[in-house]
Amino acid sequence: MTEIFGVPIQALYGQLMLGLVNGSFYAVLSLGLAVIFGMLNIINFAHGAMYMTGAMLTWVGLEYLGIGYWWMLVLAPIAVGLIGIAIERLMLQWLYKLDHLYGLLLTFGLALMIEGLFRDLYGVAGQPYSIPEMLSGAFNLGFMFLPKYRAWIIVASLAVCFVTWFMIEKTRLGAYLRAATENPQLTQAFGINVPLMVMLTYGFGVGLAAFAGVLAAPATQISPLMGSNLIIVVFAVVVVGGMGSILGSIVTGLGLGVIEGLTKVFYPEASSTVVFVIMAIVLLVRPAGLFGKEK
Amino acid sequence: MTTGEFLRVSDLHAFYGESHVLHGMDFTVRRGECISLLGRNGAGRTTTLRAILGLTGRRTGSIMLNGREAIRLPPHRIAQMGVGYCPEERGIYASLSCEENLLLPPRVGSGGLSLEAIYDMFPNLAERRKSQGSRLSGGEQQMLAMARILRTGARLLLLDEVSEGLAPVIVQKLGEVIRMLKERDYTIILVEQNFRFAAPLADRMFIVEHGQVVAEIAREEIDEKQHLLQEYLGV
Repeated sequence: MTEIFGVPIQALYGQLMLGLVNGSFYAVLSLGLAVIFGMLNIINFAHGAMYMTGAMLTWVGLEYLGIGYWWMLVLAPIAVGLIGIAIERLMLQWLYKLDHLYGLLLTFGLALMIEGLFRDLYGVAGQPYSIPEMLSGAFNLGFMFLPKYRAWIIVASLAVCFVTWFMIEKTRLGAYLRAATENPQLTQAFGINVPLMVMLTYGFGVGLAAFAGVLAAPATQISPLMGSNLIIVVFAVVVVGGMGSILGSIVTGLGLGVIEGLTKVFYPEASSTVVFVIMAIVLLVRPAGLFGKEK
Repeated sequence: MTTGEFLRVSDLHAFYGESHVLHGMDFTVRRGECISLLGRNGAGRTTTLRAILGLTGRRTGSIMLNGREAIRLPPHRIAQMGVGYCPEERGIYASLSCEENLLLPPRVGSGGLSLEAIYDMFPNLAERRKSQGSRLSGGEQQMLAMARILRTGARLLLLDEVSEGLAPVIVQKLGEVIRMLKERDYTIILVEQNFRFAAPLADRMFIVEHGQVVAEIAREEIDEKQHLLQEYLGV
């Protein structure tokens, strides 16, 4: 069997693909964080909880209501987006003029409450969710087997990232969004309803997190803790990519996922810390992140 | 030209946090008229424009815009009543290209200039249409800030220190544009430091001091009220 640096090439491909899958989640989640931070100036610590809520709703939908995966892929992000809009209107909107710390504390508290709620309802034991029939099985690529569901995660995540990037960078609505991110007061003085855009942005950002949660449901154990396990790495991704940078969060998310996967192959002991080591190095060299702008 | 009032500001007070900046501004602008707010730095002229748009903190008093009370409306609703704002700091978006900046403000009325007409008026902007907002020169930024609100169909233009810090040839160009806008029956408020720029353009001038209007000078009164200009502005 072929080997590279003493590692079987099959194992390398396998981890590379897992890295891409994890990277896809990082990308979608950090993208949502970036959009929210840009527009609301709030570090959304509830992001992991929204991701978890997306996955939980997927499971609840099938278990109690008989709603299948494909429907939940649409319904869960909408439901979580609406929850986000309610949170923005009732709580976050009072914090924009205050220090980042207040938004961070509030969203952190919300995350604990949402997690606590699901723990209370369903316990911490992971719930299984089976892969939809259409996506079970694997592609034989010749050099490796690629499980269809993992391929779907990567494709769906990249598609969502691309659509989001396109909307923000290439459309008129995106120009409003970029303008409102840069100078909200003036943008509103031109007749654009900035408070409405801020509200929708938060709904959209947490909707993205929920979308990632639905994607994750058949691939992991669905548990109230799945968000907090992931969110710390996602924050490291955001810091490496540069706070508020759209493209930065997508590219860094995928890149760090792959690096993490490769580390599992070559030096497994470091696989859970490599992202943070990279974060430390990036902060030393470029404090604003790889794609961030110095202020 | 019609003589109806387009804007009536009465007893306007405005605050930034705790600090009370406007102390009862009173003035009117007729449809198609160009007025100028003159005064020293910190007299409250910029704040007056910002207060009309709802960009200050708390406001009291009355702002009748085209017959409708605007004091309690949020900025985007006021803008949608046909107000265009060209801020002192120009407010060009660095993350948008020149043309994106130009196309950004949504239409707030009918009869705005077309993109071609604007590029005819400001050929420099046509050349720089793909450039990032942050790469434009000061003069180009000022022209862009003006041009941006001509596309929207706004009928009341709030122009804050458009001549400030620019080369004479560009100041002259902006003067021509404002003259052309007057001919087209736009209603204009010029906030100016530069008396020599404002005097030939303004139909009436209001001198602002400590957040109040302290004198009103119609164009034909400039000579007889020279002492006021001397006293308040040192010109």
